[in-house]
Amino acid sequence: MELTGAEIVVRCLQEEGVEYVFGYPGGAVLFIYDELFKQNKVKHVLVRHEQGAVHAADGYARSTDKPGVSLVTSGPGVTNAVTGIATAYMDSIPQVIITGQVPTHAIGLDAFQECDTVGITRPCVKHNFLVKDVRDIALTMKKAFFIASTGRPGPVVVDIPKDVTTAKTEFHYPETIAMRSYNPVIKGHTGQIKKAVQMLMQAKRPMVYTGGGVVLSGAAEELAQVVRLLGFPCTNTLMGLGAYPATDRQFLGMLGMHGTYEANMAMQHCDVLFAIGARFDDRVIGNPKHFFAEPRTIIHVDIDPSSISKRVKVDVPIVGNVRDVLRDFIRQLEASREKPDQEALKTWWTQIELWRSRDCLKYDRTSAIIKPQHVIEKLYEVTRGEAFVTSDVGQHQMWAAQFYKFDRPRRWINSGGLGTMGFGLPAAMGVQLAHPDAAVACVTGEASIQMCIQELSTCKQYRLPIKVVNLNNKYMGMVRQWQEFFHGNRYAESYMDALPDFVKLAESYGHVGMKIEKPEDVEPALKEAFSRSKDLVFMDFVTDQTENVFPMVPGGKGLSEMILV
Amino acid sequence: MRHIISVLLENEAGALSRVAGLFSARGYNIESLTVAPTEDATLSRMTIVTAGSDEVIEQITKQLNKLVDVVKVVDLSDGDHIERELMLVKVRALGKDREEMKRVTDIFRGRIIDVTEKDYTIELTGTGSKLDAFLKAIDRSAILETVRTGASGIGRGDRVLRV
Repeated sequence: MELTGAEIVVRCLQEEGVEYVFGYPGGAVLFIYDELFKQNKVKHVLVRHEQGAVHAADGYARSTDKPGVSLVTSGPGVTNAVTGIATAYMDSIPQVIITGQVPTHAIGLDAFQECDTVGITRPCVKHNFLVKDVRDIALTMKKAFFIASTGRPGPVVVDIPKDVTTAKTEFHYPETIAMRSYNPVIKGHTGQIKKAVQMLMQAKRPMVYTGGGVVLSGAAEELAQVVRLLGFPCTNTLMGLGAYPATDRQFLGMLGMHGTYEANMAMQHCDVLFAIGARFDDRVIGNPKHFFAEPRTIIHVDIDPSSISKRVKVDVPIVGNVRDVLRDFIRQLEASREKPDQEALKTWWTQIELWRSRDCLKYDRTSAIIKPQHVIEKLYEVTRGEAFVTSDVGQHQMWAAQFYKFDRPRRWINSGGLGTMGFGLPAAMGVQLAHPDAAVACVTGEASIQMCIQELSTCKQYRLPIKVVNLNNKYMGMVRQWQEFFHGNRYAESYMDALPDFVKLAESYGHVGMKIEKPEDVEPALKEAFSRSKDLVFMDFVTDQTENVFPMVPGGKGLSEMILV
Repeated sequence: MRHIISVLLENEAGALSRVAGLFSARGYNIESLTVAPTEDATLSRMTIVTAGSDEVIEQITKQLNKLVDVVKVVDLSDGDHIERELMLVKVRALGKDREEMKRVTDIFRGRIIDVTEKDYTIELTGTGSKLDAFLKAIDRSAILETVRTGASGIGRGDRVLRV
């Protein structure tokens, strides 16, 4: 039997086991929406802005390890979605974005709601397709899901012209797929792994530095095993938080621009660095010249060869899927008769404990004004460290990363690479839909939350009991901090006058709003909010306007040149 | 340093713009780029001439390999190879210059492929430096127009790039 293109699109989604499609209808995708309407296997979530759709699909993907799916119309639907696509691309999140396109005969004629979707999204997708023939839809959808979720994951756009959704053909969904031009490496090179193990055994001041790749490949258990077998210190990047249990003694906290003193010092002064699924980002190692000033041997495991020796020259590159490579490491470590140099390790740990005793995350706990760090600490306690925490971008994001101790992967959901303000709330929607009974908190600020605040309406429609933790200091806090440190206290446009009354705003969307102004009210407010398991609660915390994020490695400086409290 | 990179890629709409976009997005330089389908119509063969430090060239080949449409990448400069470029030059050829122009063309093993009373159109193939040398050898003011294809390259002997 012949099916229309639109029917085929929906059948493909069913075949892939897609639970939710986040989207917004429009002219070019009406036939696809019509087919979604006629079935009930794939549920559609109607957002209020296409950026929200892609972020929601992103939150879904990050918290589940399944690709997120969104559906938007041509032209402005696509351009609105671009920020979400770029966000997913920078953090290597598997997503399939289906975009409507004007009919094939109208392409290139500046038709109504036309844009060059493949051209606009090309630099921020893993791959994209324009499907011009209905007979290609099924194979293209199969390829899209395959490419998005294998190798180094990423977003894939499938652009479908309207006439292709009405044309008919037979439907066969391929069971498997092979592409001659796309074959990601899975297994690491045994010889290289052997070489790396030898180097680890000889290390005097070793350091394990891990990133989002560990989370993406589902290798948290393997990582914990390797780190324990070795007895080495371990740090996570912002994207890697939760990949190694934060409450473990061998964990030194996050590293980088706002990393802990002990993590940054250990990173700078180690002699053997074991980098796993991390990419030596500029926010992580600071000034590369300063980083190179200390001699060290670097072992780098990554699935993407282009991430290796991109910013930092490495000595032992190992290309492969982190989980497979770590399993080989475990085998070799367990088989090895050698053990790491215990004497040297003891001296190294003594040094690290000295750095740790600097207590770099301390803040004024006696303040009469609410300290933002205090809110995160209480959030951690009230949720017993088990919540899914999404964040926006800025100071609140760094405090959440520093003070919420993630013991499990896929619990910390934030836009690390692109740094997208407005990510937190829609991402939390995707997380909550994927985990209906879990506690989901969106840590945000009064500036970020307003970038996608319209999604409060979506939350009402789907009864998503997200807890919004708004750290409100009336400033774009991180911008203000940089202006204080580097621009002579000239707070150019970082103060926001005329903020809405967030309590009334939440209420007008049909949610519960709370305003918290005193430190002693923080914990009771959080407790009450989380006890309301059916309600979205918007907590507006009035926090200290002058608080800064410490430690801080200023731009252009080295990792050991932190500004401390 | 100058490198000549050969790429075998799926002959699909947009494949060229993925490569060109990659170079501009990452700030790599392209000296020349040529592309056409191969004997297997599903594949295109591209030759890119670029320049950069060893680190940059390493990144270029890795980034090219990462493109989903790219099947294979070889840096021809890593070994023995041959490269050729085609140039068409339209020159003014009047009076005594007419004979001289013909002579220089013969010396460079070029061919005159179009003739009018006032000018010649000359076809010349060779390495880029040979084409440069020809342009230097003739009177500069006689050149009316030049078209160059950019280099195409192939490995010597049994160095073969195919699927």
